[in-house]
Amino acid sequence: MTLTQILLLIPLLPLAGAIVSGLGRNVVGRNGAHWITIFAVAASCGLSFKILGWHMQGLIGVENLSVYTWMVSDGIKFEIGFLVDHLTSLMMCVVTFVSLMVHIYTIGYMQDDPGYQRFFSYINLFTFAMLMLVMSNNFLQLFFGWEAVGLVSYLLIGFWFKKESAIFANLKAFLVNRVGDFGFLLGIAAVVMAFGSLDYATVFAAAPGKAGDTISIIGGMDWNLMTVICVCLFIGAMGKSAQAPLHVWLPDSMEGPTPISALIHAATMVTAGIFMVARMSPLFELSDAALSFVMLIGAFTALAMGMIGIVQNDIKRVVAYSTLSQLGYMTVALGVSAYSAAIFHLMTHAFFKALLFLGAGSVIIALHHQQDMRYMGGLRRYMPVTWITAWLGTLALIGFPFFSGFYSKDAIIEAVHLSERWGSGVVYWAVVLGVFITALYSFRLLYLAFHGNERFEVVNSDEEHLPDGQVAHAPVESPFVVTMPLVLLAIPSVVIGWYTIEPVLFGGWLDDSIYVLERNDVLAELGHHFHGATAMALHAVQTIPFWMMVAGFAVATLVYQFRPALADMAARRAPGIYRLLEHKYYFDELYQRSFADGSLKLGQGLWNKADAGLIDGWLVNGSAKAVNWLAGRVRRWQTGFLYDYAFAMIVGLIAILGTWVVLR
Amino acid sequence: MREQLLIAAPELWVLLMACVVMTVDVFTSRERRGIIHLLVMLTLMFAAIITLRGDYHSGGTWAVTAFSETFIRDPMSDVLKLFSFAVMALVYTYAKHYLRHFGLYRGDFYTLTLFALLGVMFLISANSLITVYLGLELLSLSSYALVAFNRESKRGSESAMKYFVLGSMASGLLLYGMSMVYGATGSLELQTISETIRNGREGDVLLVFGLVFLVAGVAFKLGLAPFHMWVPDVYHGAPAAVTLFISTVPKLAAFAMAFRLLHSAMGPLHADWQQMLVLLALLSLAVGNFAAIMQTNIKRMLAYSTVSHMGFVLLGLLPASAEGFGAAMFYVIAYALMSAAAFGVLILLSADGVEAENLDDFKGLNHRNSWYAAIMAMVMFSMAGVPVFIGFFAKWLVIKAAIDAGLIVLAVAAVVFSVIGAFYYLRVIKLMYFDDPLNDKAIEAPVDFGAAISLNGILMLGLGLFSSSLIAICMASFSYL
Repeated sequence: MTLTQILLLIPLLPLAGAIVSGLGRNVVGRNGAHWITIFAVAASCGLSFKILGWHMQGLIGVENLSVYTWMVSDGIKFEIGFLVDHLTSLMMCVVTFVSLMVHIYTIGYMQDDPGYQRFFSYINLFTFAMLMLVMSNNFLQLFFGWEAVGLVSYLLIGFWFKKESAIFANLKAFLVNRVGDFGFLLGIAAVVMAFGSLDYATVFAAAPGKAGDTISIIGGMDWNLMTVICVCLFIGAMGKSAQAPLHVWLPDSMEGPTPISALIHAATMVTAGIFMVARMSPLFELSDAALSFVMLIGAFTALAMGMIGIVQNDIKRVVAYSTLSQLGYMTVALGVSAYSAAIFHLMTHAFFKALLFLGAGSVIIALHHQQDMRYMGGLRRYMPVTWITAWLGTLALIGFPFFSGFYSKDAIIEAVHLSERWGSGVVYWAVVLGVFITALYSFRLLYLAFHGNERFEVVNSDEEHLPDGQVAHAPVESPFVVTMPLVLLAIPSVVIGWYTIEPVLFGGWLDDSIYVLERNDVLAELGHHFHGATAMALHAVQTIPFWMMVAGFAVATLVYQFRPALADMAARRAPGIYRLLEHKYYFDELYQRSFADGSLKLGQGLWNKADAGLIDGWLVNGSAKAVNWLAGRVRRWQTGFLYDYAFAMIVGLIAILGTWVVLR
Repeated sequence: MREQLLIAAPELWVLLMACVVMTVDVFTSRERRGIIHLLVMLTLMFAAIITLRGDYHSGGTWAVTAFSETFIRDPMSDVLKLFSFAVMALVYTYAKHYLRHFGLYRGDFYTLTLFALLGVMFLISANSLITVYLGLELLSLSSYALVAFNRESKRGSESAMKYFVLGSMASGLLLYGMSMVYGATGSLELQTISETIRNGREGDVLLVFGLVFLVAGVAFKLGLAPFHMWVPDVYHGAPAAVTLFISTVPKLAAFAMAFRLLHSAMGPLHADWQQMLVLLALLSLAVGNFAAIMQTNIKRMLAYSTVSHMGFVLLGLLPASAEGFGAAMFYVIAYALMSAAAFGVLILLSADGVEAENLDDFKGLNHRNSWYAAIMAMVMFSMAGVPVFIGFFAKWLVIKAAIDAGLIVLAVAAVVFSVIGAFYYLRVIKLMYFDDPLNDKAIEAPVDFGAAISLNGILMLGLGLFSSSLIAICMASFSYL
């Protein structure tokens, strides 16, 4: 098999799986659906690791392959192609591995769901779309993948389409992403306008030459071209990667089944924005203003969203806000030109956050879909595997030395510290404080769910819907198909940082995909102080982030383990802050009142006046009437009489003759 | 001589097999008619192989002539013939189901269509006015008989009569035009005619006079307004299997005929015929789309839609450039495939000896069989020119060709009319998906029918997604221009 064929197989296998298990869902049945889809993802995962292996051995380099030219319009090629470099192969492995784990986990989680095959079809389709996105070598395919993952995300958030809140959530996700995608599309349009090409290689090669160009958008004001392009593209990333103020859809997306929260809304799709910016590093490097913007947005998201996590009671929402906060960290890393650190954190985060989500899902199964942590507690006695893996995931998340999250997060914080970008001083303290917050909400979750007293009552009944605080049967450890992915995800969550920090961050693994100007290269500077992964972990005890983490741990332990009353007291003492966090800084209310209600009112106004009156009355109905009238006339010509037909031909002939022969 | 016969080998093979089929039919009993079907399918397969095996495809531009330059084989003729065979195979597969159902499963259908196919092939390869006329008559005479194929049907006989009278009139016009051209140039051979005109006969009124009649003949064959009157009645009156044939393969030949007559022979008078075609195109787009809206009978609706589709094909012919002809050729091929699929689904819906022909028959098709509804939806989207389906690229290419030739007004009109046209295509989709079915009878089809229509439907999407290879083939056929 040639390389192109292998690369084609990687996304097409999941697509085929999605089609077979989706359209043929009644033919293949439940078992057929999960076997087919799991086989497809496993095969594409295996092939992805093979590609990664070839990269590690240096058998292939940067492969820029054009597979198919769909059409050429005005010199712009619409192509399907693959750009496979180290960044791509890393992403392919992360995506397919997490996807595979989630596929297996789903067998247990969705066991009793009537939409079993549909679900497998969707997640397989998602894997296809995500692979198309990361493997793309041009903006069009990137956009295709971008929209396709958005579509599947929409379908999966609303998977339980009879649930009112799920429908609200998927509509919200869809609309908010539309805002981001609009920016993204404008960015791509600006790229096409400026470079006349959709191809990455062409655009990146021409970019330095256009660094100083300006364009005027509104009345004579000149804007730096690169800044406009990068900010527009980044607005797309803000939508997809849920950066404030376009983050509001992600917490609500938890209405979807837990496996997809892990796969789409934690490990892969939401990191598409991060990946995209890293991929576009040759453009972003040319605009300091855009990078500052990126960094500030990221820092705000990292800190502010983490704080909301402290007051949430829904176990999945805590993890969701934690995801937002971690995405903020990645964005900060992008903003200080530490693209490799962002990708590195993306990778470690994919493992430990998928682990935490799946762990939360395991708890939810055990408690029969109870998600409120106020009715949990003491679960460690019932479900040891989930408990231990949740601990490992938490330690990775808070950045405990030697765990994967420590390496990636510490690298980001240090990179910010070294950066000289405008605003990096404030951002540094935001991300350091973020470490405290992260430890606080993470341990709060652990304590509330697994430790302390049981706050639920086992009633041993067969009732479908029990009041909060009652469960039908005593919780038991989840089945093997659920715990196996937990264990398999726990392993990379623990070790992958230690193992890969050196090549990924300082060994030049990503040098062929990421471009950093020398003056921005904070990671190179960081590399001078790097003396191996073990030394870095040992050195941690002398750094502020470490003690921030310890402080978070201490506060959480004190409050949630020993003095539960303290939490309520804190809430009472500072009602303003508490209410602010409880309402998530009023973003939802603001959007609901201004955009949602506003556009409803605007729409209603336009509908009543403009649409019903002018457009419907005059243009639509008017033209329809005109067309109808004309059509009636035309039909009447078709009398059915032969002589009329012959007459029409003769008239036509004479008309042509008259025009071109006589009047000539 | 052997050389010359080899050039025309596909035609000779089809001729031979038409005679064989006719003979075998006499000796086969009613129950064993399947043999005829098999024989005809083999004929098509080998005809395709013979066409492909001709070792003229040495790359680049090529053209060989035979029989004193009356017969030509060039890239365009080979591609069109191959598609004729492919579409014919679809036609036979669909038609067999229909003929069986309506007690019309007789050998004459196969014989007549094979002779019509032979006419199509000659028309495609014609290089002299005589061959054009011969091919046309062979095709037309077979078609008249086919329309009246169901002797019991009054409507069939009536429309066959109309078709015959109007067709004869059109042949007369064409022949008259040919005689004018012959009189003015002293030649029947297309290249010689064009050379003679180029050598100082551009302003000859006699030639323009002849040209008008040639255009009228071509317009009749393509079904362009105001020479389109036969189209709805014939589509409506003929048995669905025959309509299926008439609406597909002969259009490929009509395009070739238009190209041969207007470009190969009358190329130097491009300025004159372009104006005429602009008029015909506008009229066809208007009449086709407006009239189609009012139809409740789907066969008539598709007939009018054909008129507008042929208007689009003209858009590609107008510029007389390689891109334009390539676009027009892509359009007719796409149209033949779309039309085959549409009539295929129509045949599928016919049951209990009653032809499905009303739009109401499509109501709730999705509830009865979602796969066939999906196929029909793809066909309708494609005909309406919705992106990613093949019909979109067809429309896009011809409109682009028209714009490149500076015919902006015509291009805008074409877009407006295609928007109007979208209405009646989308109405079919609305009926299929949003209305309740009139009956809940399950739709059954033989395996070969199901496979063929599925392939045909998927091609709507597949050729849209992977359109560039077919476009490249069409464009390459005219690269010598």
